[in-house]
Amino acid sequence: MRGRGFQIYAICYLIFLYAPIALLPIFAFNNSTVISFPLSGFTTQWFSQLWTDTSLLLAVKHSLIVAVSVSILATCFGVFAARATTRYAFPMKQGLMGMIMLPLVLPDIIIAVSLLVVLMQMGASLSILTVILGHTLIATPFTIAILNSAFQSLDKSLEEAAIDLGETPASTFRLIILPLVMPGIISSLLIAFSISLDEYIIAAFLSGTEATLPVYIFAQFRFPNKVPVIMALGTILVCLSITLLTIAEYFRRRGIAKAGGKDTGGFL
Amino acid sequence: MTSSPAPAARLARPLIELREVEKYYGDYYALRKITTDIREGEFFSLLGPSGCGKTTLLRCIAGFEEISGGHLSIDGKDMEDVPANKRPTNMVFQSYAIFPHLTVEENVGFGLRRDPSSKEDKARRVAEALEMVGLKGFGKRAAHALSGGQRQRVALARALILKPRVLLLDEPLSALDKKMREQMQSELRKLQRQVGITFILVTHDQEEALIMSDRIAVMFEGEIAQLDSPERLYRRPISRKVAEFIGIMNFLPARVLSTGPQIALDVAGLGQIAIDAEQCPGTPRTGDASVGFRPETMTVLYEGDPEPSRGKVAQGTVEEVVYFGDMSYYEVRLEGVEKPVQISMRNVVGRPVLLRGSRTRIAWEAGALVLFCEPKA
Repeated sequence: MRGRGFQIYAICYLIFLYAPIALLPIFAFNNSTVISFPLSGFTTQWFSQLWTDTSLLLAVKHSLIVAVSVSILATCFGVFAARATTRYAFPMKQGLMGMIMLPLVLPDIIIAVSLLVVLMQMGASLSILTVILGHTLIATPFTIAILNSAFQSLDKSLEEAAIDLGETPASTFRLIILPLVMPGIISSLLIAFSISLDEYIIAAFLSGTEATLPVYIFAQFRFPNKVPVIMALGTILVCLSITLLTIAEYFRRRGIAKAGGKDTGGFL
Repeated sequence: MTSSPAPAARLARPLIELREVEKYYGDYYALRKITTDIREGEFFSLLGPSGCGKTTLLRCIAGFEEISGGHLSIDGKDMEDVPANKRPTNMVFQSYAIFPHLTVEENVGFGLRRDPSSKEDKARRVAEALEMVGLKGFGKRAAHALSGGQRQRVALARALILKPRVLLLDEPLSALDKKMREQMQSELRKLQRQVGITFILVTHDQEEALIMSDRIAVMFEGEIAQLDSPERLYRRPISRKVAEFIGIMNFLPARVLSTGPQIALDVAGLGQIAIDAEQCPGTPRTGDASVGFRPETMTVLYEGDPEPSRGKVAQGTVEEVVYFGDMSYYEVRLEGVEKPVQISMRNVVGRPVLLRGSRTRIAWEAGALVLFCEPKA
């Protein structure tokens, strides 16, 4: 009977973690605007309402544009920084890296307020462009952390071998480094994408009239009749996340198997 | 590479010329004014303890490190502005640096990417290179699934397929187990003779350097201490430091009484003797010195053995015996010398190994001694 206590603990933990998410599809198909048991009947009307809600579709579009841009931008910056710190020595390296990584622990609200002040002073108008800037700022430290470990595990002599065999530094990067850090880059893109997609505080401050999905959802909670539609939207998002993560994990594992490395973690 | 000159001429011409080559990082000197020639077609080794600059020198030749001063030319062409990817050198890395995401074939053929020849021609050359290193039929395998020895061979094939003027080997055998290492040593030597390419090997293993090289440069603290054939290096080391790094050498305190074509010495434990000036690789001068000899150049005599016609005899006591089957190692304390000397002898049937504590005579050939006149280390 040893370990029984831990089993119960683990089960409680999982229920706490996933029960709220399990409620999403239950109420998304429930034929009532009131979110409470008992359930009154089955319907798919909330899903069909989703497609007719133009402001919601616009928010989804904004969020996707922001998240895709942020994941690409932050990953590019992450590649530059990870490459620089793992390969080159330069003055103030430690201090500079510390400053780049700082947004990781800085409260988002502070970043949001200070960015807003600066943008206002500059006379910039708020749009998804300013949200992209803010999200890139907070996502970059995460991408650097992920890419650093990917670049660190690269044997330096692999690059030298490619150069020794006649390749230029640029073609070496394309032929050797990029394929070998690709799993890291995919992870980085995904993390930056998901950080941006569900970020609320910065988006709320910087989006102006072009609301992103979290900002829109939060605003909709003022109208009780909109709640089931949000549940339907949440259900779709959960399914999408699981699919995305599964695909990414598949590619990550395949990449590692191809490179002959040992699997050390990952998402799933 | 259109026509190759006669072997003798090829051997004579310096392929790599190093003139006062220096490398420093801040005020740390990794290489100090290295001037030497490496000949075409030779197996040249850079031997030294870690941190002596041997790998730095190799990387300077490859172009991975820029030299801080002096000149480096390959095939008569100054290499100052030639980047690593344009130099006529190829390297076998210590870690082999096999590209893990490519197959064996793709690894070996990597250097041919920029070659204008046809696909069939390239495939043929890859197959030839694989056959040369004994990996025929391994082409389609994933590189990461190979054993250490196989990776080593892939690295060799990949470097040799471009027919470089110089093949650089950075401690290529250090990651292999003993048996594999010994096998690869003789294979590498054969391969070098077969392809006729100049090999430069970096190693800290003196035995490996002796076995494989035509010439060895022994390096200490960024300088070449001695550059010689393996035999000269072993028989006539230029300093006690070189002597101690290569094999085992016994040292006895000595005094130089007079110099000239014959040098008169008073050696502790051996008495007054004369040696040829040739036996002092440095500059002989009177005063305190030391005399060195290798363990196998002395013979422990048995009771009743006649004294050798040439050479000398000294008295001693057997302090320790180690039996190795084919060989025995003795530690013999010579009269008047505190530290026992090491002597190794081939065991012969009918002559039992001497016992510890027995009194004995040891005999030596006069030519076996090396005189070091340097101040005591």
